[in-house]
Amino acid sequence: MDLLNAIVALANFVILPGISYGSQLALGALGVTLIYGILRFSNFAHGDTMAFGAMATILMTWWLQSLGVSLDPLPTALLALPVGIAATALLVLGTDKLVYKFYREQKAAPVILVIVSMGVMFVLNGLVRFIIGVDDQRFADGARFVISARDFKEITGLREGLAIKSTTVLTVVVAVIVVALLFWFLNKTRTGKSMRAFSDNEDLALLSGINPERVVMITWIIVAALATIAGTLYGLDKSFKPFTYFQLLLPIFAAAIVGGLGNPVGAIAGGFVIAFSEVTITYAWKKVAGYVFPSWEPDGLIQLLSTDYKFAVSFAILIVVLLFRPTGLFRGKSL
Amino acid sequence: MTLTPKDVLLFLGVFALIVLTGFTQSWNVALGILNMGLISAIMALGVNMQWGYAGLFNIGVMGFVALGGLGAVVVSMPPVTEAWAAGGLRVIGALIVGAATIAGAVIAWKRLPKGPVRALLLVLLLVAGFYAFRGLFDPAVEAIERINPASTGYLGGLGLPVLLAWPVGALLAAGAAWLVGKTALGLRSDYLAIATLGISEIIIAILKNEDWLTRGVKNVIGIPRPVPYEIDLQNDPNFVDRVASFGADPVTASSIAVKLAYSGLFLVVLLALLWLAQSALNSPWGRMMRAIRDNEVSSEAMGKDVTARHLQVFILGSAICGLAGAMMTTLDGQLTPASYQPLRFTFLVWVMVIVGGSGNNFGAVLGGMLIWYLWIMVEPMGLALITFITSGMADGFWLKDHLLESAAHMRLLTMGLILLLVLRFSPRGLIPER
Repeated sequence: MDLLNAIVALANFVILPGISYGSQLALGALGVTLIYGILRFSNFAHGDTMAFGAMATILMTWWLQSLGVSLDPLPTALLALPVGIAATALLVLGTDKLVYKFYREQKAAPVILVIVSMGVMFVLNGLVRFIIGVDDQRFADGARFVISARDFKEITGLREGLAIKSTTVLTVVVAVIVVALLFWFLNKTRTGKSMRAFSDNEDLALLSGINPERVVMITWIIVAALATIAGTLYGLDKSFKPFTYFQLLLPIFAAAIVGGLGNPVGAIAGGFVIAFSEVTITYAWKKVAGYVFPSWEPDGLIQLLSTDYKFAVSFAILIVVLLFRPTGLFRGKSL
Repeated sequence: MTLTPKDVLLFLGVFALIVLTGFTQSWNVALGILNMGLISAIMALGVNMQWGYAGLFNIGVMGFVALGGLGAVVVSMPPVTEAWAAGGLRVIGALIVGAATIAGAVIAWKRLPKGPVRALLLVLLLVAGFYAFRGLFDPAVEAIERINPASTGYLGGLGLPVLLAWPVGALLAAGAAWLVGKTALGLRSDYLAIATLGISEIIIAILKNEDWLTRGVKNVIGIPRPVPYEIDLQNDPNFVDRVASFGADPVTASSIAVKLAYSGLFLVVLLALLWLAQSALNSPWGRMMRAIRDNEVSSEAMGKDVTARHLQVFILGSAICGLAGAMMTTLDGQLTPASYQPLRFTFLVWVMVIVGGSGNNFGAVLGGMLIWYLWIMVEPMGLALITFITSGMADGFWLKDHLLESAAHMRLLTMGLILLLVLRFSPRGLIPER
């Protein structure tokens, strides 16, 4: 019985949060990795693109809510998502045309593009703050839990409760659908194959008559969709605050690099590696340990690191991977 | 390398802008902008060494600046003797154990033969070291933080003159830079960027959470000054008499005098650094750096140790950022870890370097002063612009209220636009590399 309690406590505080955070990171890292594979630079504006997408979705959600439209028990934000994606796609295509295209035609060094993306990050950051402000915004509605902790305890008779948040389920379901669609697109469709060809060998792809501008445009649209979905899911699951999206940049890049930059499968694996390490290392294991070893009475919380240091975890993993396997767990590009 | 008439004009222009602020607003504001502008110029010099000389992409400036601030606290604050008695030595012992564990792990990794034995030993060593560290560290920290938490609750500093903190801040930043550089240099440029971004977030997290060291978010206030206090000047009959002979108000005059004293100090540091940086850039070392930046392969073929030279310049540049950080904390008189924002301390410095002209020290200085001026002035300008735009709208109209409220965020937007425009139309900056 105690072992069951331990498993439930572990699932409640470590596994479920890890899965939803991991899915959100994986979606974000996919966007970074696609840009890296096709456009060949690290896009520092990605966190703020996520913030912009989430903001567009939130504004649409509020409008729908004011009209009385609802998807109960699902959050209304799902209905608003396509609009958010469209707005973000227009934004990134606009920035590409106004900003990035010039440097692409000049064949500028990747690091110049990184600095340019820093400028875009500034502008987007200002834009998001300008439109929606810096405060926390709530836009989640619909059912909060699939099973609340109390219901779970009553049903199973265990002492530990397992609360399954509806946003967790939603995150996982949406992430699985999106990833499946993305991989189908990249592996089965003609356009997707041309994208992969372009990523593998640009000159060869150009020789085979692939239109580079079309590939770039489709990449940006996919990245906009991924960023908006990741941003909205993160906002639904935690809360929307523009600054947190900027801070997500570090775990997202860590995920993409750990998995191998430019490799989509790696981005997903990296997202989960980072998320689970952050959660397990900053979790206070006292409760779980208490069930597994009833006779042991630890003094502290058995927390390896306080939650304030979760960045240190992504960073440490990043450094270890960079030192021992610079191309990432799944062979990415290393230029 | 000499300055062209155009460059001199640009410097005069920035100077004129600041003087104009003095006439239209107040000399206090103008000198405030000047002082932070001088510090920003030093930060820009540091980043320019890394990016302009060597092409290293460091976006962890904030972390090195914050370490400089820590240096100011550790050197100049009076020691809290009860806290030292309660756990000072134990904390230091714990840190030594932690460092020894990591050093031991690195040595074990290098010396032992490859295989499962090495892996097992390494894991055992790290786990044992971690528990030893936590076992020593946690109770000591608790003891220190229990001592008078409302006013101290930390170890305090060494009680030395604050000017000593400036080189110490630079040393701290250099140490952190050595650690980052050792691991991330020699890999691709984006990796260095991410590594520096990470280390700066970690440094800020440490400053925010390790109350025994920095009082965390409770802030350390009242850091001793290298210049006199306003109130002492106002009580000094000599000063009051001299000011009265100019016909000035002693209260305003005292704060201006203090700010001028800071400006003098900062100017001396800036000019010294600028001279050093210029000499370095024009020496064989500087030419080698630029050769490495322009073509790593050919420099390596000429027998230059690219990674070692990169490490060298990375440490130098970071040390200068740390120095600027210590100066800034001295100017503020307090260390407020929560106020370190990457957009303000990392990316703004990058805007300064790019706008001023990467690779040119004078450009970095100019960019630092100019962009700091704009950073301060864009807010009122943006507000004025928005007030003008919305003047046609009825009062109480939601859009008008929203726009007026959001005017403060115009800064980031403007800085981003400036960066993008300069990169697009004048990528070599205002004073290009020569």
